[in-house]
Amino acid sequence: MLSVNNIQTYYGNIQALKNVSIEVPQGSIVTILGANGAGKTTTMKSIAGVLKPKQGTITFLDEDITNKNPDELVRKGISLVPEGRAILSGMTVLENLEMGAYQRKGSIKQDLDKVMERFPILKERQSQLGGTLSGGQQQMLAIARALMAKPKLLLLDEPSMGLAPLIVKDIFQIVKEINEEGTTVLLVEQNARQALKIADHAYVLETGRVIKSGSAKELLKDSSIKEAYLGH
Amino acid sequence: MILEQLINGLTLGSIYAIVALGYTLVFGVLGIINMAHGEIFMFGAFMGVVITHTLQLPLALAFVVAIAVTALLGLFLELLALRPLRGKKGVSHLAPLISTIGVSIFLENLAHHFFGAGNRPFNTSFSEISVQIGSVTIYAVQLVIFAIAVLLMVGLSFWLSKTKAGKALRACAENLEAASLLGVNTKKMIMMTVVIASAMGGIAGILVGMAFNSVTPQMGLTMGLKGLAIIILGGMGSVRGAMAGGLILGLSETMIVVFGESGYRDAIAFIAIIVILLVRPQGLFGQAAPEARR
Ligand SMILES: Nc1ncnc2c1ncn2[C@@H]1O[C@H](COP(=O)(O)OP(=O)(O)OP(=O)(O)O)[C@@H](O)[C@H]1O
Ligand SMILES: [Mg+2]
Repeated sequence: MLSVNNIQTYYGNIQALKNVSIEVPQGSIVTILGANGAGKTTTMKSIAGVLKPKQGTITFLDEDITNKNPDELVRKGISLVPEGRAILSGMTVLENLEMGAYQRKGSIKQDLDKVMERFPILKERQSQLGGTLSGGQQQMLAIARALMAKPKLLLLDEPSMGLAPLIVKDIFQIVKEINEEGTTVLLVEQNARQALKIADHAYVLETGRVIKSGSAKELLKDSSIKEAYLGH
Repeated sequence: MILEQLINGLTLGSIYAIVALGYTLVFGVLGIINMAHGEIFMFGAFMGVVITHTLQLPLALAFVVAIAVTALLGLFLELLALRPLRGKKGVSHLAPLISTIGVSIFLENLAHHFFGAGNRPFNTSFSEISVQIGSVTIYAVQLVIFAIAVLLMVGLSFWLSKTKAGKALRACAENLEAASLLGVNTKKMIMMTVVIASAMGGIAGILVGMAFNSVTPQMGLTMGLKGLAIIILGGMGSVRGAMAGGLILGLSETMIVVFGESGYRDAIAFIAIIVILLVRPQGLFGQAAPEARR
């Protein structure tokens, strides 16, 4: 569905991605692991159109999307929940959700009801300002908001960052459910073990390069991965 | 006397508020101060002179032409002076400010060239119509100005809070990258913001022409500085702050006259602003922490 081919992305003169290739098959969950500064966020932003790779190509559903802007990609079915969530803190929860459906035409009532059913806390807090939600609630809002765009491919950049273990479990459960309902997911995570448990495939990034990839099951057993990312 | 000055203050303040709204919209979305806003306002006023005085055509047409011309100026400002500097590595964050100063000088010179340096009269058919209530004289033109200004403010507030495009503009003002990831075409949105802000300046220009019956190429600078002071007072990027700040400045300027200190009119207004800022550095409606702007 998505294929990233040898992309190189720069911040000014600093090369953050040296050579990254990733395949995301339709219907799967693919996870990207890697230490801080490995280039995970840069990869996600390159796919979502926030950053433009200098070299390499990105294709989505057999179409070259390498130099498209984020808003065009949302229309094509790619939504990114960025690292840090990017909640619109001065707008209400409901307005945040409405903004998620910005590109859509026609009634969004049904989908609003649906995401509020999935995230009851958002229904309860719908007229509260986004910035007044707790970290976990903001993450739920960020995911719910992305779902309002009805993406074919959902990009999640560290959705569990800074959350309590119990909430982290919820988030992973939700990601799994979203996937089971037919949305393809590309997931960046520090929480390697849980990510590998729900993922089909995994890639490991190190200083802007893919150093390992394979099925999630294989990588869970891989001794070097165990040592570097699974904590024993 | 006090009541009359109160009405004068409200009229003047509502015009200030509209000028300040133009500044605050652009600052909210782009994070820059558009130093050409005062001159765009002045061009609006001159369109009024040309339509009502030179061509002797109706005032309503003056509004239409002023809106069209200032909206176009806003479009050129964005395309020629702001966009080329945006998102380029190595461009100082002061560059857009300097480039809008350049545009303001250019526009002032252009106005000198076309309209001359002197004072130009404005022609409103109902400028002499007034009603007398007790000892208070109210001019129809004041009521019209106030009504238009209030309508514009209410309309803008409604648009921002209830419509899809208005919400998208607020999203852009909060976080351009987040807005674009939600599917907002930020390039288009920025252009729309500058155009709307400029057109509001143009409307304010006509209103000032109606109120004072005099238009000069230098009026942009004075009004520009006042507009700036107002958004600092109200809180940078705050819509409510621009409205409240405009009314406060207008009222304090006219009330000074009541107390016989008309020579200090401009100074007192700015002193009031300094005092308020000492108490509330972020402005009346500003965010305490800059966090929300990230
Ligand atoms: N705006 C920027 N300007 C310059 N360099 C940057 C910028 N953003 C990231 N980098 C650099 O690019 C490299 C990759 O950063 P990136 O944010 O993609 O890492 P990451 O894998 O997401 O890390 P983390 O786990 O900490 O989120 C790092 O070396 C970082 O310092
Ligand atoms: Mg990151």
